Amino acid sequence: MSTTASYTILAFAAAKDILGNSKTQIELPSPATTDSLLKALKAQYPEMVRLNSLRVAVNGEFAEVNQPLTATDEIALIPPVSGG
Amino acid sequence: MTDIILTNQPLSQTACMDFVAQPESGGVCVFTGNVRNKTKGKPVLRLEYEAYAPMAYSEMQKIADSIVEKWPNTYMAIHHRTGTLQIGEAAVIIAISAPHRGAAFEACQYAIDTLKETVPIWKKEIFEDGEVWVSAFP
Repeated sequence: MSTTASYTILAFAAAKDILGNSKTQIELPSPATTDSLLKALKAQYPEMVRLNSLRVAVNGEFAEVNQPLTATDEIALIPPVSGG
Repeated sequence: MTDIILTNQPLSQTACMDFVAQPESGGVCVFTGNVRNKTKGKPVLRLEYEAYAPMAYSEMQKIADSIVEKWPNTYMAIHHRTGTLQIGEAAVIIAISAPHRGAAFEACQYAIDTLKETVPIWKKEIFEDGEVWVSAFP
């Protein structure tokens, strides 16, 4: 039996424009990881694939590859940064 | 000693330089990033900056921590704007003082280069005929 859980995703700049919102709910198969999140996002929002890069931050830190996610994490999409 | 600010209000070079002026600091290096009036020859009307504020603060703090480790006895102010900026306005000011000039120059270059890679802040260029998030797409 496969289960899923809902995750709240914060999005900024170009990623926010693609999602159409600064906050989006996404349903992911359990157990979810940053990789399964990116895979699901790119499938649902093909425009995401065009970004020069797309990193995930979990609780304010850049995530490791395939980092596990829990529903209480603050998850954010970080498109290419351009400060300065 | 570090002063990190993210604000939608105009930045002040004087505030940054005053913060890093210390009796043991013989060299002060200040970098200011201003809004340019064109990009690749195309006129820019204004820029809009957005930040993931809590993470932007923590990433800027990491830069400050690594600078103090690499170049001891440095003091720094890192001030970054958010919101709408007009041509010529300062988007970022980094002031770093050190006992000698070499460390001040090197640390200042390191700070702005690292900020541009790791700090979650984004700018959108507004043109007459559209707008684009800088570096987002090929």
